[in-house]
Amino acid sequence: MNNTEQIKKSLNKRYRKEKRFRFLSLLAVLIGFACLFILLVDMLVKALPAFIQTEVKLDIHFSQEKLGIATHFDPEELQNANFRGLIKQSLQQLFPTVHKRSDKRAMMRLISVDAEYRLRDKLQAEPHLLGQTVQIWLLVDDDVDTYLKSDKQFGRVSQEQIAWITELEQQERFQKRFNYWFFQTGDSREPELAGILGAVMGSFYTLLVTLLLSFPIGVMAAVYLEEFAPRNRWIDFIEVNINNLAAVPSIVFGLLGLAVFINFFGLPRSAPLVGGIVLALMTLPTIIIASRSAIKAVSPSMREAALGLGASKIQVAFHHVVPLAMPGILTGTIIGLAQALGETAPLLMIGMVAFIVDIPQGATDAATVLPVQIYLWADSPERAFVAKTAAAILVLMLFLAVMNGLAVWLRKKFERRW
Amino acid sequence: MTTNIEQKVNETWGQPFVDEAKISIRNMDVFYADKQAVFDVNLDIAKHEVIALIGPSGCGKSTFLRCLNRMNDTIPICRVEGDISLDGENIYANEMDPVLLRARVGMVFQKPNPFPKSVYENVAYGPRLHGLALNRAELDEIVVTSLKKAGLYNEVKNRLHSIATGLSGGQQQRLCIARTIAISPEVILMDEPASALDPIATAIIEELIDELRKNYTIAIVTHSMQQAARVSQRTAYFHLGRIIEVGETSQIFTNPQHELTENYITGRIG
Ligand SMILES: Nc1ncnc2c1ncn2[C@@H]1O[C@H](COP(=O)(O)OP(=O)(O)OP(=O)(O)O)[C@@H](O)[C@H]1O
Ligand SMILES: [Mg+2]
Repeated sequence: MNNTEQIKKSLNKRYRKEKRFRFLSLLAVLIGFACLFILLVDMLVKALPAFIQTEVKLDIHFSQEKLGIATHFDPEELQNANFRGLIKQSLQQLFPTVHKRSDKRAMMRLISVDAEYRLRDKLQAEPHLLGQTVQIWLLVDDDVDTYLKSDKQFGRVSQEQIAWITELEQQERFQKRFNYWFFQTGDSREPELAGILGAVMGSFYTLLVTLLLSFPIGVMAAVYLEEFAPRNRWIDFIEVNINNLAAVPSIVFGLLGLAVFINFFGLPRSAPLVGGIVLALMTLPTIIIASRSAIKAVSPSMREAALGLGASKIQVAFHHVVPLAMPGILTGTIIGLAQALGETAPLLMIGMVAFIVDIPQGATDAATVLPVQIYLWADSPERAFVAKTAAAILVLMLFLAVMNGLAVWLRKKFERRW
Repeated sequence: MTTNIEQKVNETWGQPFVDEAKISIRNMDVFYADKQAVFDVNLDIAKHEVIALIGPSGCGKSTFLRCLNRMNDTIPICRVEGDISLDGENIYANEMDPVLLRARVGMVFQKPNPFPKSVYENVAYGPRLHGLALNRAELDEIVVTSLKKAGLYNEVKNRLHSIATGLSGGQQQRLCIARTIAISPEVILMDEPASALDPIATAIIEELIDELRKNYTIAIVTHSMQQAARVSQRTAYFHLGRIIEVGETSQIFTNPQHELTENYITGRIG
């Protein structure tokens, strides 16, 4: 047997091996993709109801007498005016046979508590409506909403309420429309009023603080360690500890944040500022480690070329090494930030789990973040929050996708920088 | 015969010293960690001369060359002993700024290493760094002349702004030469600048070297005897980290004094 035959024989074996390996890799990719797909579809299906909201059409008579205000009222007066009475009146006209007080209260519970404020805003915007009767679409309560969305299977509605709902349905007084409210407000105890914007802004400010702190510090530290640090025991010690830091459970960072930033430095509780600082500490090791390996991967010949032309060490680092390492640094940063985005444990310690209605206007306002909001909603008993939870998860993933997209775009830009 | 050679390698034959030295090296030893790579080198490089460094692979030519502009500072395990002076100033003295030194003693490396930027940016980098051009027009001028001198301009004039790593290996090497001469250093160290070039490009580079000699001092490492003979005035033969023989190029190639030199140039070793 000569060499060629020997090689041919082994070649067949090698090709078989290669085929098997390719098949397995493809399988792995498909499984991964399928898991992601199932997750996404499941979330999408679950979240869909949260994007639709039921409204009911009521004939509202803006009666001056019922509201208890003057003909030429000033806006102040509207704060205390009895708009709830208007709704009650309207419902009574629809169902004149209801007399029992408890029934009347049950009837009022069909409508969202938000309805009276909508009426107030309406009158404030259009004062000439005083004394007139208008048809207005108002939000229904989440129980009614759930009942209608679930083909009348669920929802904590009584027999009487079901009768009224059926009656309203027959009169075609219900409509479903896109729930833009969800994207415009903060959290609420009432599921039909709860929105995601507060948490989105909270996450945004928190991550902004995290990015602004961890990116420059991480890159600088990596540049120093790779390009300037002398090789001695101190530097080794620091290196080992940076690596250890990456393995510290995240809740420990929360404890640190509580003890140092809130109790000692007196920074505000529940604020994205503190959350951002804590998450920055957590993200730093990731960025430093990724940046160092990216910097290490820059060919030494680039450094020599620049040094040989009379560039100083700093110039070599910032003209050549860092730009060349930037794609790797950005990848590390985005991994770190994605971790930070999904983190809840350290934020529990610094009070970012609070129930916060207002949308934060800056990094020092009390806020919550997306994963915490998901946790809070998942923990709420109302059935309508199930859909909200799924919707919030979708929003979180969208947030992540946008962040990743930004990183990919930046990376492309750096790769073509010449 | 072996003993005979061993006795002779401990000193340098020929004329290592000159009257008007640009660079003078005395008792230089270089170590990589514990391993010594260059042994007790004594050599002068005269003003406006081209000195060729020849010798078998791994004999320490690159190491020697890199000491002359302190490029070896970047290798932590590398240690240099002895005196090396440029115009009488010790380049390893504390007062010597390695950044300034490298601007005065430029280097073309053994492997072409253009920056992954445009051709233009590669050449413009040095002048920009040192503020050699007052405006864009002057910078353009420097870039174009440097590229022309390196014999590359005609090939890249239409792609000045495309990426330099897209050039062929030989073009990249000439770009590196253009980049080095763009800052007009006093001394140019060339580590096998023509190893990746075709005969035409090699001829251009050799002409350039001849031209540069008027204003600069050049040390060139080469594996090509013919090239050494064509471009240099003096030649130094390295063997296992020692300079065995230095002398007029014509003398080294026609009438080598040392047996090792003769063996090398006649092709018996290396
Ligand atoms: N960075 C380094 N670390 C350790 N040893 C090195 C290093 N660079 C070179 N050496 C060693 O020093 C000796 C001389 O190497 P050098 O590169 O100077 O040879 P050279 O003469 O330039 O060879 P060539 O003609 O192949 O380029 C070799 O034995 C090499 O192994
Ligand atoms: Mg070499």
